[in-house]
Amino acid sequence: MSKTAQETALMRTLESLEADEPLADADVAAVVEAVLTSLSGDVSLAEFKLYHELQKLADYIQSAKREIAALRPDDIRAKHIPMATDELDAVVGATAEATGVILDAAESLERLADAMPAGAGDDIRNIATRIYEACNFQDVTGQRITKVVRALKHIEENIDALLSAFGDGVNAPGAPGESDGRSPGDERGLLHGPQLPQEANKQDDIDAILANLK
Amino acid sequence: MAVDLNMNVLIVDDYKTMLRIIRNLLKQLGFENVDEATDGGSALTKLRERAYGLVISDWNMEPMTGLELLKEVRADHRLKQVPFIMVTAESKTENVVAAKEAGVTNYIVKPFNAATLKQKLSAIWGNF
Repeated sequence: MSKTAQETALMRTLESLEADEPLADADVAAVVEAVLTSLSGDVSLAEFKLYHELQKLADYIQSAKREIAALRPDDIRAKHIPMATDELDAVVGATAEATGVILDAAESLERLADAMPAGAGDDIRNIATRIYEACNFQDVTGQRITKVVRALKHIEENIDALLSAFGDGVNAPGAPGESDGRSPGDERGLLHGPQLPQEANKQDDIDAILANLK
Repeated sequence: MAVDLNMNVLIVDDYKTMLRIIRNLLKQLGFENVDEATDGGSALTKLRERAYGLVISDWNMEPMTGLELLKEVRADHRLKQVPFIMVTAESKTENVVAAKEAGVTNYIVKPFNAATLKQKLSAIWGNF
């Protein structure tokens, strides 16, 4: 029987059954089998289950797309992340400038100490040393911020990939995410930047490691 | 071994602040001839143009890292004996091991203080 004829017969059966309540089990089974058969002519129960699962998956994807669209990923990519990286760059610039001023002052102190009689300027020189040591922070915080900026760029790339995968249903398409260009064996993989204080090796740990390697 | 405070010292860091800090700390220790480079490549060029008695280098630099600079120095028969101290925020054990395997003389983790710098220099030349 052709698909159209099959569907017509099914419709007739359903109409004739509408008046007969309750339906007999045999009638229900016949209708179900007719419905299954009408899907594509020879759809098995397993294939029907697969179709059902695929439909659920499609519904889930549609729902996810709606939720992602509500997050406005194009805004995150085009506005929020660039703003965050600009702000962090500004922090690095401002701290570098401030550190420069602090170092100017420390160097002036040292020059004053040099102009004093022998021994009289030692305390001032010690203060200058402490200032130099404290100014280490600018390098370390700069590297930490660079790590954050790199993480933001990674998120941006992944959002691009997501937008590209979901297409116009979510937002404007973007380029697929790019890797950081480092191969797994690349020694640049050793560049972690500063570790968090609770994770970092202290100078004594470093010395012990070096001693063990000798 | 007595330290020659007139030796040329090359400090390498892409943060100008760090160059300035290390230069000032070295000056306090008596080193007067301190030269600077902001990446591994320019440091290598300077090392091949002039005799240096010490290199103090950061690790995390572009395009040539401090580790790559160290390997270049150790592979150059005219430079391989120059003491090389890595001063870096990279504090993981694997970093220390990699630097040691590449021939680093000593390793200072940032942030550091003047006493640590002096201690590492004394380990090379004895107290001064």
